[in-house]
Amino acid sequence: MNDMTPALAATKPKDWETDQEVRWCPGCGDYAILKAVQRTMPELGVRPENTVFVSGIGCSSRFPYYMETYGFHTIHGRAPAVATGVKLANPDLDVWIITGDGDALSIGGNHTMHLLRRNLDCQLLLFNNEIYGLTKGQYSPTSRVGTQSPSTPFGSVDRPANPCAFALGAGARFIARGIDVHKSLPTVLKAAHAHKGTSFVEIFQNCIVYNDDVFAPFTEKANATANQLWVEHGQPLRFDGGTKGIALDPSTLTLRVVAGDDPSVLVHDKTNRTIAHLLVEMPFGAFPMALGVIYDHPAPTFDAAVVTQNREASTGKTADLRRLLAKGQTWMVDKEPRVE
Amino acid sequence: MATAAHDVTREEASSHPAPESIVVRFAGDSGDGMQLTGGQFTLSTALAGNDLATFPDFPAEIRAPQGTLFGVSAFQINFGSTAIETAGDQPDVLVAMNPAALKTNVEALRPGGLIIADEGEFGQRNLDKAKYDANPLDDGSLAKWQLIRLNISQLTLDAVKPFGLGNKEALRCKNMWTLGLALWMFDRDRQPLIDWLANKFAKNATLAEANIAALNAGHAYGETAELGGIAKQHALPAAPAEPGLYRTVTGAEAISLGLVAGSQLADLPMFFGGYPITPASAILHHLSRLKEFGVTTFQAEDEIAAIASAIGASYAGQLGVTSSSGPGIALKTEAIGLAIMTELPLVIVNSQRGGPSTGLPTKTEQSDLYQAVYGRNGDAPMPVIAARSAADCFEVAIEACRIATQYMTPVMLLTDGYIANAAEPWKVPDPDTLTPFPVAFMETVPEGGFEPYGRDARLARPWVKPGTPGLLHRIGGIEKKQGTGNIDYSPANHQEMTDTRKAKVDHIRVPDQQVAIGETSGTLVVVGWGSTFGPIHQAVRRARRKGLDVAHVHLRHIWPMPGNLAALLRGFRHILVPEMNTGQLKTVLRDQFLVDARPLNKVSGQPFRIAEIEAAIATFFDGVTGNEGGEVPADAAQLPTPQSGHDDGSLRPEAHSPQSV
Repeated sequence: MNDMTPALAATKPKDWETDQEVRWCPGCGDYAILKAVQRTMPELGVRPENTVFVSGIGCSSRFPYYMETYGFHTIHGRAPAVATGVKLANPDLDVWIITGDGDALSIGGNHTMHLLRRNLDCQLLLFNNEIYGLTKGQYSPTSRVGTQSPSTPFGSVDRPANPCAFALGAGARFIARGIDVHKSLPTVLKAAHAHKGTSFVEIFQNCIVYNDDVFAPFTEKANATANQLWVEHGQPLRFDGGTKGIALDPSTLTLRVVAGDDPSVLVHDKTNRTIAHLLVEMPFGAFPMALGVIYDHPAPTFDAAVVTQNREASTGKTADLRRLLAKGQTWMVDKEPRVE
Repeated sequence: MATAAHDVTREEASSHPAPESIVVRFAGDSGDGMQLTGGQFTLSTALAGNDLATFPDFPAEIRAPQGTLFGVSAFQINFGSTAIETAGDQPDVLVAMNPAALKTNVEALRPGGLIIADEGEFGQRNLDKAKYDANPLDDGSLAKWQLIRLNISQLTLDAVKPFGLGNKEALRCKNMWTLGLALWMFDRDRQPLIDWLANKFAKNATLAEANIAALNAGHAYGETAELGGIAKQHALPAAPAEPGLYRTVTGAEAISLGLVAGSQLADLPMFFGGYPITPASAILHHLSRLKEFGVTTFQAEDEIAAIASAIGASYAGQLGVTSSSGPGIALKTEAIGLAIMTELPLVIVNSQRGGPSTGLPTKTEQSDLYQAVYGRNGDAPMPVIAARSAADCFEVAIEACRIATQYMTPVMLLTDGYIANAAEPWKVPDPDTLTPFPVAFMETVPEGGFEPYGRDARLARPWVKPGTPGLLHRIGGIEKKQGTGNIDYSPANHQEMTDTRKAKVDHIRVPDQQVAIGETSGTLVVVGWGSTFGPIHQAVRRARRKGLDVAHVHLRHIWPMPGNLAALLRGFRHILVPEMNTGQLKTVLRDQFLVDARPLNKVSGQPFRIAEIEAAIATFFDGVTGNEGGEVPADAAQLPTPQSGHDDGSLRPEAHSPQSV
C-alpha cells in the first residue's frame, strides 16, 4: 500500500479493466480472481496510475495485461526481483506481484524467499492450482504425492511444498489464504493491501483442464461448511457451523479438533506466529483447511529502510561530481607533454 | 629466457624495469628475514622463466634495534619477460612488515602500486619508533596506492600453531607466509622452495614443516581471498603526461565514477543491482558509498535478481545498472533478453575473467565477446562497448549510459580482471567538459495518441514512469505489437519487430574509428579491443621503429561497429587480431566485413607479452629490410603465422614451425 495522494477520485471496477481479450480457458479460476481484484481496487482508495502489477510466467502471470494499471509481465520466477527494483526506485508505487505455484515456489523459490525475508512493501498473490497449466499439465512443487501427469505417469513421488509454511519459514509477516470463487476473497485482498510489508496470499485456484477439482474436498459447496475454517482475529477458531473448534494440546504442542463449545477452543490471534505455523500445517482430512488472514504482524519494511539509509547517508553531503572525481591523493603535472 | 639471479647495483636495476616487468620490494625489520624472502622469491622467479634483476638493500648494523627506521631491511626484485626502453626504479608492490619499513620505502612505490602491510605490527610502539603521528593504514595518507592490510603475524601464528613453536620462533615464519602470498600473486611454483626449506632445516623437521606450513598458508590465503589482478597491466610508459590534475584510479573505481557521471548527465537517479563475484564486486563496493549522488545499491540474492531488480528500477524510471563476471553474466542472460524485448535502458558491466564455468576467477581473459555479442536466445541485438584501460573505463561507462538511455536498450560494457584491479594515473576530468544527455520521460499523451511501442527517429520507444496518469500500459517479454505493445504473435508482426530491434541497434551512432598509431592504410593493421591495448601499442610502436608499415586500431565499439571500420580495414593488406581468447573478435570482423582477419591468441590467464605480438607482426614482413634482428627474440614455434591457416591461432607449444612466405 502507499501513503500518498490523500484525496483520491473514486474509481469503479470497470476503471480497472483493460480492453484486452482475456485468454484463460473457459471456467478457469483465474477469471474469478481477476474479478475479485477489480472489485477490490476501488475500495482501496488507490489510483490506477500509481499501481503496478508485476508477474512472472505461467497462466496466472498473464494477469497484468487485464488490469488497467501499469504492468510488467516479466520472466519465469523473477517477478519478486523485478518488483523489488520497481518499489525501491519509486516507493510511492503500490506494487502487486502475481505468481503461481511453479513460478513462485519452483523456478522462483529463491526470489520468493528473499522478498519475504526482506519484507518489501507489496502484495504477493500466489495462484496455487498444484499443476503446471501453461506447459500442459506437469506436476508442480505443490502437487500431492501420487499426482499423475505427463511427466509423472506413475505418480509423483516427491513431497509437496506448503506455500504458507514456506512463507512463514522465510520470515513473512502476513499470511492469508483465499479461494478463487469464494466471496471472501476481496476481504482477504483488502487486509493484504492494508498490511505494510510483503503480504503473502495463497489463493486456491482451480485448473479446470489439468487438475480439475483438486481442491473440491473443501471448496465444493457440500464440503465447505465441514472443511473450511475461516479464521478471524479475536474470534474462536470454530468451523462446521460452530460445532467444532481447534484447540492446542499443551502437552504435545499440537492442534486438535474439539467440540465447538469446548472451553479450550483457541481464540485467533493474528500476531501469534507459532499458532500460524500450526494452522497452515494442519493435515487436511483430520483437520479443516485454515483460510482467511492467518498471520498479520507488521515489521519494518525493506523499502523504508533503504530510503531511510539513503537519506541519512546523504545528509550533509552534496552530489559534487567535481569533488568526487578529484578524491584521494592527487598531484599536478605542469610540464608540456613530450613530443615523440 | 631465464637468466641466473645476480645481484646488481641500484643503477643497474633501474635501467631495466619496463612495462613488462614487475618490481616487488620486500621490506621489514632486519630480523624479519627479508633477505631470505627476497632471495627465495628470486629463485622462484628465475625458475618461472623470467628475466630478473635484484638488489638487496639492508642496514649496515648487524642487529639494528627492532622496529626502527634505520633497522629496515629491504630486498627488491625486478622481473619481467624482456628488457625494454623505459627506465625507473619504482616498485609496483611493496611488502611492508612494519611501520618503519613502510615509511622508508613507500615513497618509492609507483602511484597506484600495491602495498601489502602486516597490520599486526602497526601498534602504537612501532608507530612511535617509525615516527608516525597517526597510523598510516587508517589516516588516508596511502590513498595514492592500493592497500591490502593483513595481520600477517597472527595469520602466521595460526598457520604454525600445530608445530608447537614458541611465539618468537613462530613469528620467524612470517617471511615464509608473505612469500607464499607473493608466490600466489605472481603465479610462482612453491615446490622449489618447499624442497629448499626441507633441505635447509633438514636437521630440524619441525622447523622445516612449520616454515612450509606458513608458506602454504600464505599461498592459500591469496587463493581463498581471491587476491588477483595484481600483476601489472601492460600500461603504456607513464612518460608524456598532459598537464593537469592527476590521481590514481582502478578500473572498478573509474567505472563507478563513470556510471555516477553518466547518471548525472542523463539526469537520472541510479539503481545498481549486484551480487558478489570476483573480480566485479569492487564496483558494488564503490557505488554503495555514493548515496548522495542518488545511487541506490542493492545486493541481491543472486545474479538473476540483481539484473531483474535493475530492470524493474529502469521500468520505474531510474537508470538500472548491474555488474558481474562471465558466470554471472550467463545467469543474467534471460533477463538481458527481457530488457531487449521490453526496450528498457540498462547497463550491464562484465568484468571478464578466465572461463568457462568458474574457470580462472582471478585471471584475465577476453573470452566473453561472443557471449556479449551473440550469447542470447532469439535474435537479441544489444550494443557492446569495451574499455581498454582503467582510466578509459570512465568514458566508456558514460558512453554506456548514453546509448542505454537514448536508444532504450541494454548495453554491455566489457572490461576484465586486469582493468578492474589495475591502478593507473588518471587525469581528473573536468565535469564541465562532459556533454549532458538528459532523459525526457513522456508525461502527457502525445498528439495522435499514446503508443507504448511507438518510436522516435532513433527507433527508441517512449519511456514512461509508472505513476504518470493517462499513460498506463503493460510491457513484458512476450512479443509485442508494433505501436500498441499488445500481445501479438502474428507472423508479420514478429518479422517487423525483430527487424526493428535489429535496425535500432544497427543504427546507433558511434564515433568513427580512429587509428591509435600509424597510417589509415598500408600493409598491416593490428586490431585489438580491451586490455590488450598496452602490449599491442608497444609492439606496433617498436615495429614502426624498425620501419615496418604497421598500424594499430583499437575498438571501443564492438557492437555496432563504427561506420568507417569496414573501409578502414580494407585499406590494409593484412589484418592481425591479437586477443586473450581463441579468436572471437576475429570471427566478428570476418563475419561483418568479409575480411581476412588473422588471429593471434593467448588464453593462459596472463596478458600478452609485447614480444609475442611483435613476433607475430614480424611474420608479415619476412624478408623486409630492417626486420632482422629485432629487439626481441621471437620464439616462432609458438606463434601462428598468416600462412599457417589454423583458425584459432593459439600459442600451442607443439605447433610446427611456421612456413615462410
